[in-house]
Amino acid sequence: MKRWGLPLLVLAALVGLWQLAASTGALADVLGLDPILVPSPAEIARALWENRSLLAENAWVTLQEILFGFLIGFAAGLGFAFLLRPFEALRLAFHPLMVASQAIPILVLAPILVVWFGFGIGPKLAVVALICFFPIAVATADGLRSVDPEATKMMRSLDASRRQLLWRLEAPSALPFTFSGARIAITFAPIAAVFGEWVGADSGLGHLILQDNANLQTARLFAATAVLAAIALALYGLLVLAERRVVTWR
Amino acid sequence: MRQDTNVSAEREQFAVAAPTPSGGDPAAAGVSIRGLRHAYGELEAIERLELAVPEHGVLGVVGPSGCGKSTLLELIAGLQQPSGGSVEVGGAADPADRLTRCAFMPQRDMLLPWLSAIDNAALALRNRGMRRREARAEAGRLFERFGLTGFERTRPAELSGGMRQRVAFLRTLVAGKPVLALDEPFASLDAITRAEMQGWLAAALDADPRTVVLVTHDVEEALYLCDRVAVLSARPARTVEELSAPAPRAPDRDATVTDPTFVAARERAMAALHEGSQ
Repeated sequence: MKRWGLPLLVLAALVGLWQLAASTGALADVLGLDPILVPSPAEIARALWENRSLLAENAWVTLQEILFGFLIGFAAGLGFAFLLRPFEALRLAFHPLMVASQAIPILVLAPILVVWFGFGIGPKLAVVALICFFPIAVATADGLRSVDPEATKMMRSLDASRRQLLWRLEAPSALPFTFSGARIAITFAPIAAVFGEWVGADSGLGHLILQDNANLQTARLFAATAVLAAIALALYGLLVLAERRVVTWR
Repeated sequence: MRQDTNVSAEREQFAVAAPTPSGGDPAAAGVSIRGLRHAYGELEAIERLELAVPEHGVLGVVGPSGCGKSTLLELIAGLQQPSGGSVEVGGAADPADRLTRCAFMPQRDMLLPWLSAIDNAALALRNRGMRRREARAEAGRLFERFGLTGFERTRPAELSGGMRQRVAFLRTLVAGKPVLALDEPFASLDAITRAEMQGWLAAALDADPRTVVLVTHDVEEALYLCDRVAVLSARPARTVEELSAPAPRAPDRDATVTDPTFVAARERAMAALHEGSQ
């Protein structure tokens, strides 16, 4: 109750305030807009219900993009960190390149990915994977190097081979770091999926949002956004649960 | 582990390097350090150090903080190569050989938090490729012997400081190596637990004698646990004085440390420590 009570109260208060401001027309007045452009939470809820099958269809598409894109980025990030673990100089050589790649807005890359991978799920997976790769790779690489030198000496003195040092000491030490990186990645993954859809798609929540925007279907636009936010929250929650199951010593 | 001989005879015995086993019993291993010098870049950590520990001898090393005591242990354990001079363990100077003959216990317990107490203790066996079940059985025998029965499956976070230190020591013992390099094993413990653990370690070494080099900043601990105590100077470390511990040790720790000969030895060690810190 203590954990959930206050956040729910804050949410309820904000939604209530919004409802009041929108239904009395005060919000539209303040913004100087036609009231039809400023839907109330009740109208959004109605849009959510009326369009439930349409929203579910498109949410399913976006969820797959997020999930598989995340998994690809996760695997690639882990692979990068582990493969380069024995080659510190090579990791450092890659580092500026990776940082630079993060400085390029994904909106710039997305169109060329569509040219390369077509209009299907391909470019969306690529965008999501690209976004997820960096935090996971960097966090895991840091985690592998974070081991206390005294622990390494202890393991060496107990006849650990290089490979055993990696799997028995460094990899478990890196796990909490990897999860931190994954939590950042899963937060950005829905944004990446929407960007991917904006560049070229015929389905998905991002595609729907863009359409609704053009058609001034603001209530449904907000409904689709709410579904996207719910997906993001659920995935984050699942990841935290997974972390608690795996990292039991913290 | 403590010889009840007179001091000069003991000094004689310690002055000579331990006999080097050549292809014989691998457990027969003393430590011999001659003209040892070690530097980290410009920083001279150790200069002209001479130490010898016979097989099953227990040498205490005391000295001011930062004098290179830990470096000395790492050199003995084969974790580092000296800049000059020689370090031999069981007659072998090659770092890989020293690594095989020496088990190093770092200052903090370094128990792996994701492993149970027994899996921590069995690490060396697992690293050598022993199956988990057999490794646990072997480490389990020592758990019984050292009063840790019932805590085999407990994670380190749920153990008390003294128990963690015991598991860390068992881990070092289970490695089955003839030489133990112990770096301030009880520094992190409160006074009462530390006194308890000193008695425990003495009993453990009586039951399973090994050649031991024990680094500590506690003169009393060194004199209580060791046959001989080397007092090192401030950096760069050299031997200021080497003394014999007053033997024999009484079964009761308090009786031992308040004995006049023990008190006299402690005074002498303290004086040497002061001299070396100048």
